[in-house]
Amino acid sequence: MKFTLKVWRQTNPKDSGRFRTYEAADISSDTSFLEMLDIVNERLIERGDDPIVFDHDCREGICGTCGCVVNGFAHGHQEGTTLCQLHMRAFDDGQTLWIEPWRARAFPVITDLMVDRSAFDRIIQAGGFISIRTGSPPDGNAIPIPKHDADEAFEAAACVGCGACVAACPNASAMLFVSAKISQLGLVPQGQPERWDRVRSMVSAMEQAGFGACSNHGECEAACPKEIPMDFIARLNRDLVCSMIKK
Amino acid sequence: MELDPKIPAGPIDQKWDRHKFSMKLVNPANKRKFNILVVGSGLAGGSAAASLAELGYGVDCFCYQDSPRRAHSIAAQGGINASKNYQNDGDSDYRLFYDTIKGGDYRSREANVYRLAQLSGNIIDQCVAQGVPFAREYGGLLANRSFGGAQVSRTFYARGQTGQQLLLGAYSALSRQIGLGNVKMHTRTEMLDLVVVDGRARGIVVRNMITGEVRSYAGDAVILATGGYSNVFYLSTNAKGCNVTAAYRAYKRGAAFANPCYTQIHPTCIPVTGEHQSKLTLMSESLRNDGRIWVPKDADDKRKPGAIPDEDRDYYLERRYPAFGNLVPRDVASRAAKLVCDEGRGVGETGLGVYLDFAAAIGRLGEDAIREKYGNLFHMYEKITAENPYEVPMRIYPALHYTMGGLWVDYNLESTIGGLFVLGEANFSDHGANRLGASALMQGLADGYFIVPATVGDFLAREGHNTVAPESQGFKSAETEVNEKIKRLLNIKGERTADSFHRELGKIVWDHCGMGRSEEGLKKALEKLPALREEFWKNLKIMPTRNDQVNQTLERAGRVADHLEFAEVMVTDALNRAESCGGHFREESQTEEGEAKRDDDNFAYVAAWEYAGVGNAPVLNKEPLTFEEVSLTQRSYK
Repeated sequence: MKFTLKVWRQTNPKDSGRFRTYEAADISSDTSFLEMLDIVNERLIERGDDPIVFDHDCREGICGTCGCVVNGFAHGHQEGTTLCQLHMRAFDDGQTLWIEPWRARAFPVITDLMVDRSAFDRIIQAGGFISIRTGSPPDGNAIPIPKHDADEAFEAAACVGCGACVAACPNASAMLFVSAKISQLGLVPQGQPERWDRVRSMVSAMEQAGFGACSNHGECEAACPKEIPMDFIARLNRDLVCSMIKK
Repeated sequence: MELDPKIPAGPIDQKWDRHKFSMKLVNPANKRKFNILVVGSGLAGGSAAASLAELGYGVDCFCYQDSPRRAHSIAAQGGINASKNYQNDGDSDYRLFYDTIKGGDYRSREANVYRLAQLSGNIIDQCVAQGVPFAREYGGLLANRSFGGAQVSRTFYARGQTGQQLLLGAYSALSRQIGLGNVKMHTRTEMLDLVVVDGRARGIVVRNMITGEVRSYAGDAVILATGGYSNVFYLSTNAKGCNVTAAYRAYKRGAAFANPCYTQIHPTCIPVTGEHQSKLTLMSESLRNDGRIWVPKDADDKRKPGAIPDEDRDYYLERRYPAFGNLVPRDVASRAAKLVCDEGRGVGETGLGVYLDFAAAIGRLGEDAIREKYGNLFHMYEKITAENPYEVPMRIYPALHYTMGGLWVDYNLESTIGGLFVLGEANFSDHGANRLGASALMQGLADGYFIVPATVGDFLAREGHNTVAPESQGFKSAETEVNEKIKRLLNIKGERTADSFHRELGKIVWDHCGMGRSEEGLKKALEKLPALREEFWKNLKIMPTRNDQVNQTLERAGRVADHLEFAEVMVTDALNRAESCGGHFREESQTEEGEAKRDDDNFAYVAAWEYAGVGNAPVLNKEPLTFEEVSLTQRSYK
């Protein structure tokens, strides 16, 4: 297969950045999107040009490292897929692909397609945990948890922290990410003691980091490679309101 | 080199308790004076950094990823073992210990393995308390499943994402400590050297992968939790960034490297499709609970799998190992797959694949039950292969997955360099020559949550606080060496990319030091490797314009340089060990049925290799393995 790539190139955070055009010829349809970029990069290095910088690691859709916007879609147009799981057979031969980094004030571009997502870490540090010291837990089966609650908590916990929800949101809101953690911990008994403090701290950290607010566009749910539903945002909002009354 | 494993005296089930009592403690008020450097933020490193900070020590934690949540532990799928005996099926610490020793083909240390089994239950408790969403039964209690190499059901799991959920648990504990200011986290930072002054680890030299800045950090103790070296094979199930550099640099500074030839080839991975492939994807071993593995009986049978009737299929694992069937340990399953493919009965375009068939399980349990257990794995398979495994059998083939070898450590997890502790996959101690499924997560977390917080405390209490300043000579000379190596890489200006060298290296070690190894092949590899290394240093091409900003070609080149040197140590070890054991299969040493044949008289030892200069054969040191609890037998899963 053959593609024309329009790739965002930006040497550092201060650089204003620009699209550059590359031809990607002789690409097998079984190649993954990132392997296609590897091939383009190998050719760039061989002819002495700077290769495209992009983040990636596990290449099996679980670490959440990779991600960029392809033709306007975070992680590409295929549903429930991280960029590394997207294969070139999902595109048409001869297609032009516009490849851009996540764009959000809270995710500054470092170089090319690589962005700084440390804001997500700061939100978790503000309260995305259960305060349990190593060595002091009760027996694992001491707290039975209804299967339905455990399954729902699991669905929320599947978040890989890639940032596609932010990139897809017109407000660059991190509500889906934050709500997934709030819901995971709020749905199980272990998470109850800190439930109200947690939602206050995490939402305040989210606002400080420069993410926008949620106005129910639903782009986040559509872009999420783990298909985390927006219902969790409703749960977050309810917890946030409750937290104003409960101490 | 002296190898003292420091195994405590006493009966095996009391060693750890007695040892904990005999260890010295650091006064709570003094703990904050100590600073501990933790390299790696996966299950072992993340849990160690969090637990040490909770105790009151100052901790600096380093990872090459952009967040500690992305360490490769996250990709572990199937589960974590614990001897809880929640199923009432006869499990116990002793049975988990016994299974692990036997699974490791009697090449691990009894005392370490017993401690691992003892701690396994605590890990589950800890993770549940953190909010890890383990699978549960309708009554609300924790569910279990079976895994290869065991006849009890002791594996705890979170669908096919157990590693992710456990890592996010450790990450949440670590994040809490970062938020409290007790851990200073350094992301996108790569360790490039270990600083040793007067025989003791004093700090590390790191490179900031964004700015290119090289600088040092000093500490009272250094903990390496930097994972394994599967990526020496280029194609493996490891993340692209996983590398041997931190462990290898520690080896060059005097830490012994133990049993590097013990590599695990996982039987259930998605087969290679072409030259462009950058990595291989694992399909959890748990699939073997419900999937049946087969190939056509006749090599010329080219019918579609669905059109081949049962009588023309060879369910070769069930045939050869009726007791364990599809649940034999990984090394046995991988070799059996290679054997049928070597006979020409492999499936798929390349002939390097076997079927993993769920038709029977779907017929018995229904598609929904299978989706509930393995949904994300089936989804992942379909993404990669564009085939629907609910309808056609999966095609699988073995791939490099885990490395049992690693830096040598004693019972305290301290290496041969004082003050350098090694945890998780980076050390060698618990899995012998073959790791059982669902044991890596257990070991990483046992090391990080429970073992190292105790043993590092003992070390610090004995040694006292006397950090060497990062301005001192030892640090300056290590920094200079690192800078010179970077300069050298940038100035080669040859014709070949780092990836092309890495692929060639991978092919050499896969062909000669992969699933089957022979004296002839290993010797051939030892001729090819130095030649490739020399060409690398003459003909490498990377982007020299970028050193003060992101330069991924430079990062890769540095790792390939270390993989190239390390491969020689691995092959030397494989050549020295003329027996077959676990994942190390020497063609010359097999039983009549083609099973691995150990040679306990000559090889019941840990091979700990000592660095002797680039291009020189490393020096072999032996730690004899003595077995007081179990008797050594030929492993049988029939």
